[in-house]
Amino acid sequence: MTNENISWFSDIGLEDRPTVGGKGGSLGELTKAGIAVPPGFVVRTEGFERFIQKLDKEEPLRAPVEALDPDDYDTVGKVTAAIRERIEKEPLPAEVETEIKAAYAELCEGDAKAPVAVRSSATTEDAEDASFAGLQDTYLWVLGAEETLQMVRRCWASLYSVESVCYRRRQDFPESGVAMGVVVQRMVDARTAGVMFTRSPLTGDRSVITIEGAWGLGSAVVSGEVTPDRWVVGKLTGEITTREISKKHIRQSPKADGGIEDVALPEEEQTAASLSDDELQKLRDIARKTEKHYGRPQDIEWAVDRDGSIFLLQSRPETVWSAKDDAPVAKPETDPKKHVMSIFGGRR
Amino acid sequence: MLDKPAGFPKPSSLKVAEGTEGAQAAYPYYMQFSPEDDERFWFYNSMHFPEPMHTFDMVTAEAAYCALGSSNTRVHCLPTTLGIDYRVINGRVYIGGNAVTDPDEIERRTKEFEQRAFYYYEHWERLYDQWKDKMKKLIADAQELPKPTLPEFEPLENVHAGKGVASNHELLKTYQKTLEGYFRMWHHHFEFLLLGYGAYMVFFDFCKKAFPEITDQTIARMVAGFEAEIFKPDEEVKRLARKAVELGVEGKFADGVSADDLIASLEQMGAPGKEWLDQLEKSRNPWFNVNVGDGFYHYHRSWNDDLSLPFSALPGYIAKIKAGENIERPMDQLKEERQELIDGYRDLLGTDEERAAYDQMIELACRVFPYVEGHKFYCEHWYTNLFFNKIREYGALFVENGLMDDAEDVFHLSRYEVEQAIIDVMTSWSNGSPTRGGARFKAMIAERKAAIEKWAELDTPPALGPVPDIIDDPAIVMLWGITRENLDIWMKGPADADSNEIRGFAASSGVVEGTARVIKSVKEIDRLKEGDILVCQVTNPTWAPVFQKIAAAVSDIGGSMSHAAIVAREYGLPAVVGTGQATSRIEDGQRVRVDGARGVVTLL
Repeated sequence: MTNENISWFSDIGLEDRPTVGGKGGSLGELTKAGIAVPPGFVVRTEGFERFIQKLDKEEPLRAPVEALDPDDYDTVGKVTAAIRERIEKEPLPAEVETEIKAAYAELCEGDAKAPVAVRSSATTEDAEDASFAGLQDTYLWVLGAEETLQMVRRCWASLYSVESVCYRRRQDFPESGVAMGVVVQRMVDARTAGVMFTRSPLTGDRSVITIEGAWGLGSAVVSGEVTPDRWVVGKLTGEITTREISKKHIRQSPKADGGIEDVALPEEEQTAASLSDDELQKLRDIARKTEKHYGRPQDIEWAVDRDGSIFLLQSRPETVWSAKDDAPVAKPETDPKKHVMSIFGGRR
Repeated sequence: MLDKPAGFPKPSSLKVAEGTEGAQAAYPYYMQFSPEDDERFWFYNSMHFPEPMHTFDMVTAEAAYCALGSSNTRVHCLPTTLGIDYRVINGRVYIGGNAVTDPDEIERRTKEFEQRAFYYYEHWERLYDQWKDKMKKLIADAQELPKPTLPEFEPLENVHAGKGVASNHELLKTYQKTLEGYFRMWHHHFEFLLLGYGAYMVFFDFCKKAFPEITDQTIARMVAGFEAEIFKPDEEVKRLARKAVELGVEGKFADGVSADDLIASLEQMGAPGKEWLDQLEKSRNPWFNVNVGDGFYHYHRSWNDDLSLPFSALPGYIAKIKAGENIERPMDQLKEERQELIDGYRDLLGTDEERAAYDQMIELACRVFPYVEGHKFYCEHWYTNLFFNKIREYGALFVENGLMDDAEDVFHLSRYEVEQAIIDVMTSWSNGSPTRGGARFKAMIAERKAAIEKWAELDTPPALGPVPDIIDDPAIVMLWGITRENLDIWMKGPADADSNEIRGFAASSGVVEGTARVIKSVKEIDRLKEGDILVCQVTNPTWAPVFQKIAAAVSDIGGSMSHAAIVAREYGLPAVVGTGQATSRIEDGQRVRVDGARGVVTLL
């Protein structure tokens, strides 16, 4: 079967970002680089485009949005609510629906209720901007093909939130250029999950990897609901120079009927380290490999499943320190001996 | 108690402990605090002199500061600092820097410095080779000094040769040569030291700026050599273990057999036993001249004086060899790892400009490092052992002549008083009358012994006097690690004694939990069992052979650049050094966790 609307991670890379979005392109890139990423596919922008065009034909959609006045909140509210309802409820083009369902079945190897994550994957640089809120939707522990379709629609609908639309109107962004990829990925039943940075968020040091993790799904760490354990590991040495084991009062876990919930933890688990030293070293290897692949410091989400296998869920370039233009720490001297004057010549 | 939060107590507020006034007065006048010292900042040199000083041992401070100051002030002309002043109270050595602050003077000294220090940097290898020759000559001279003894009659050959100078004169001559050699040795000790540390610090500071979270130990690993003298003693013990297996005498080596018994049983074994003992002699000279401390106290004895330490390691090494284990240091792997670190950190730098500066700095650091690592063996170990043992011989002479009861008591006399005792013995031999100082010296010795005990129990403020706004003295920053930030921490007073954590320098990374074995002297080494955590006052390369047994090491004294820290890293064992209080707070047999990367010991 040829896919017009979806692409598997293994077939895409960063160069496909215009049609699979940043997140999808990155996951494809990592898969190709041999880094363990939970398998998945991207519903490409073509799928979205086909659907919107179908809706537009039935009843104009883009023109009314383009005509909105961003300062007229009432009208924006009414128009966008109606559009979001159409996106969530109107039938999809048959080939789009069939392809997503077939891909789900293939991804889940026939398990009709296998859990997946559905995540929006923005195609424009602006999408990284906070003003595009809503574009970063992630739905975890989605069970079944129908549910998956519903969450794909919900990601698409988020493009028509009041904030997104007002932002586009203020920027005078053409509606015909609005597009989005949606990632559908097997869920990792995480024993421990979290984030890591391949340079220190505190000092910008490129020689350390900072790892933060907590029990259960990574959403608890990303959202800040749990104070994660924190480690600092030497990038080259593997030395664990900081270990801060926090009190992790809850863990986020999948619910039987889909979605996630907070689960209280027994006392001894709250204060136990959520990663072993061996796992920290494996994460360090993954961090190095990922950073090397991209050639710049990364901000990575990861999970360890119940069998102890480690998966990378997402990797983005680090932006805070990279944006700083640091003065060089030292310059070479014509006479190398002159360097000692920094010690002997009076420093402060 | 400390005078918080205004700063540290003034020197004049520190009182000589009651009943120890006589012992305090035995230190020369130039070491005593005087009222004008209240205006200056002083800190307690706990790094080199962690225990109250025996009266005689103060010669180490005298000789060392005299030589350090000459090098800084007059020889290399460090632009911003002169020498170190020192004072003693209650047996504790306080020191203070002499900063140069006048910009014109700094400028003038900078010009001198560049002609002197830069010459040393330029000709480092040649001058260091020459240094080693000078040191070996100095050591040979010290070894040749005769044992101080007095014959009943002057040997006939001396008379027939018309020597004309009687044997008692040799006592004075040998003593003066002994002292002269010790003072001279300290000059050589400081000939390169500040320059070496300075070049290393340049690289160290660069790494700390470029990689703010890099550990001290990683920087040290990038410049450390692998064939340094500090590894030799342990290498020799391994060699002897191999030799024992090769000669088939290894059956004699077992835990708990004393060195004397072992040597006696090998002597009875005929040729193979004799061969092993010959090999032992080769190892002993010079490599067993390592002492169990920093060499600043007379009671830091060497392996040669007490073979129990190297011998206690032999059964373990022999067992490993028999089991087919490789006990050699993986040199190729160590070199490869070091190169990977150097290249890896280089790659992480942001610009080619920084990489070029990095290359220059690491090149300089690696050139000076053999001296930084190597000098201690010649100076603080080998020479210092010879020196104190020579003084011990005088102690034995004094016992023979009724001046004291125990040869070790000689270290309770000042070096001036030792000379008086020598004259007393010389005079007694000349006149045929008994010596006159017995009662006087014995009373003095009893008083000073009591004083040392009393001083050991007193709290010692870490610093005295007004705190300077900045500490910009490279000698003080480099040698003692004293920075304004440290002083602020000290001013807050000692850490909460109830905390179950003890902090020190992160010397070698890794986390281990185990049973603490608090080892207060080498005699207790045998108590260490496989997997124990060694807790001791000073870590030292001489302890290296016990590292094959232990799971981690913790010490009261030492920095992350201390030799022991380097050995711990080689053995891949976690180590926390310079805790100040591990031996007093950790109980023998207690469960502890050692986190060598953070420098924290947790009492469990």
